[in-house]
Amino acid sequence: MKPLDVVASAFRNAFRSRLRTSLTVLAIFIGAFTLSLTNGLGTGINQYIDDTVSSVGVDDVMTVTKASEDVPTDGGPAEYDPDQIAADGPPGATATALTDDDIDTIAGIEGVQSVEPAKSVMVDYVQHDDGTRYQLSVAEFVPGMRVELASGEQVDLDAADPELVLPESYLEALDLGTAADAVGQTVALAVTDATGKQVTAEATIVGVAEPGVITMGGAIPNDVLTEELHDLQTTGAPEAETTRYAQASVSFDAAAGAVEAQALQDRLDDAGFTGSTLEDQLGAVTAVIDGIVLVLNGFAVIALVAAGIGIVNTLFMAVQERTREVGLMKAMGLSSSRVFSLFSIEAVVIGLVGSALGVLGAIGVGQLVNGVSGDLLADLPGLTLIAFDPVSVATVVLSVMAIAFLAGTLPALRAARQDPISSLRYE
Amino acid sequence: MAPPLLSVSNLHKTYGSGPSAFEALKGLDLDIAEGESLAIIGKSGSGKSTLMHLLALLDRPTSGTITLDGTDTSRLSAKQLNQTRNSAFGFVFQQFFLNAQASVLDNVTLPLKIAGVPRRERTARGMAALAQLELDDKASNKANDLSGGQKQRVVIARALINQPRVIFADEPTGNLDTATGAVVEDILFDLNRRRGINLVVVTHDEDLASRCDRSI
Repeated sequence: MKPLDVVASAFRNAFRSRLRTSLTVLAIFIGAFTLSLTNGLGTGINQYIDDTVSSVGVDDVMTVTKASEDVPTDGGPAEYDPDQIAADGPPGATATALTDDDIDTIAGIEGVQSVEPAKSVMVDYVQHDDGTRYQLSVAEFVPGMRVELASGEQVDLDAADPELVLPESYLEALDLGTAADAVGQTVALAVTDATGKQVTAEATIVGVAEPGVITMGGAIPNDVLTEELHDLQTTGAPEAETTRYAQASVSFDAAAGAVEAQALQDRLDDAGFTGSTLEDQLGAVTAVIDGIVLVLNGFAVIALVAAGIGIVNTLFMAVQERTREVGLMKAMGLSSSRVFSLFSIEAVVIGLVGSALGVLGAIGVGQLVNGVSGDLLADLPGLTLIAFDPVSVATVVLSVMAIAFLAGTLPALRAARQDPISSLRYE
Repeated sequence: MAPPLLSVSNLHKTYGSGPSAFEALKGLDLDIAEGESLAIIGKSGSGKSTLMHLLALLDRPTSGTITLDGTDTSRLSAKQLNQTRNSAFGFVFQQFFLNAQASVLDNVTLPLKIAGVPRRERTARGMAALAQLELDDKASNKANDLSGGQKQRVVIARALINQPRVIFADEPTGNLDTATGAVVEDILFDLNRRRGINLVVVTHDEDLASRCDRSI
């Protein structure tokens, strides 16, 4: 029997008992549908996080802070350290400042390609055309980072003139008109220097950022602007103050892989610093989402296993029904291996039909849910709640077919082992 | 004299083992010449079906040899046995063993499908075999919709389609009334005479047995 004939016969046989097959297909459908939907949910949310991530940093940059070694491990109070300064993050969080010496030390560590101290700038207000003054926080720009833009372009790090990307929410307040109008206009940024005097600097808007989850509210300056603001801010401060940084950005070779990145982190650790990659920072979020998806997938797999037992049952009945037919075919010279493939392919066909329908159904429902969630979750622009990537869809279909094949082996083996004589005597 | 097509010597077949063992065949010797028709008769339980199964290579003897065309069949592998049955033998059973929901043509071409013959050739040969038995107008009917005699003719067409050298018939007329049974017998003996196909018939019907060249 030709393989094509085997497959064609298996297809026909699968639908010989329509009601029975349909019910089994329905069971598979439910499992595959649930699995696709939970998978799609994970894909959608993680995709959204990935998109947002590239606006926070890039994957070949590590944020390095000085490890606070004096924090007692037993949870007791930490000794006061005069080098401690307020760090980014939740109010009250502190970090030990990095000095120029520390920067040199970091630059000397193997694997570090370049190190850039983060110059934190506290902007008092932003003003356009002598209008109302608004508070503005300034984010730190890491080379390679990309912000979702409503208009304009990313800041040019090498530009000679001060530039910034302004969040969309400031447009109306600063009377800048539409996003397209705002690009090219100039705003004034004010900082207070060390002597308590308020000074301003001018910057050109090159782009307008769309609100995202993570960059909401912050403006992004280029190096020239940061430098200028930092210089203004530290005017009159003692030398020791101007060379203290909360953190530094270290570039490393991301292509070298996770092991090398881990080794670099260990070396930084030995030197008394803490290096964290973007993945470390976001790892917690994605780990939680992956965990939830895994649990949901677990339920779907349980449904699939139940459906697999349904396949076993269906095929055992089919083998029983076709005892004489199998006996006849074997008498006519059909080999046992062909009988086996005839029945196991029939199981795979049931799996294929069920999972294909399930995936299609999930994609259909996903579209509906995305339409509804677009309205419900309007605060998270750009979020596709349920996304389907071809790889995970194919994985679902293929693994269901694999489960079906496994389920089919038992009945198929029974059919293959049938003795033609006793099968033909069967009445 | 030409060497026999099938030759059997000192054939034993025992079912079960120990005290409950049942010896169905006790040292049988038999030669079947090319083109011969043979009837195996006897009471039920006398081992005639057993003999047919052994001759048709559906079962292996407990001891003794079956030689087909000068080859000792006990030396053949399972695959070779399957091929031999598929290409050299045709089967007609008392129960028709037709796939009720498949078309008559699909039922008839089943041995060719097993042999791996392409669909186009299967259809052509299937129609030719049906035409021989005057069933070509029923080719696309469901097997279930045929009368008993028609079904048995479909079974004969199926047995003929691979141009076998031997047709094994187990009670071919057992399920038919006398008139249709006679028609089926005529077809079988006609094939035996005109095409030289060996006929091995298992029956308890003396009349049918008497039409064979030899009865055992």
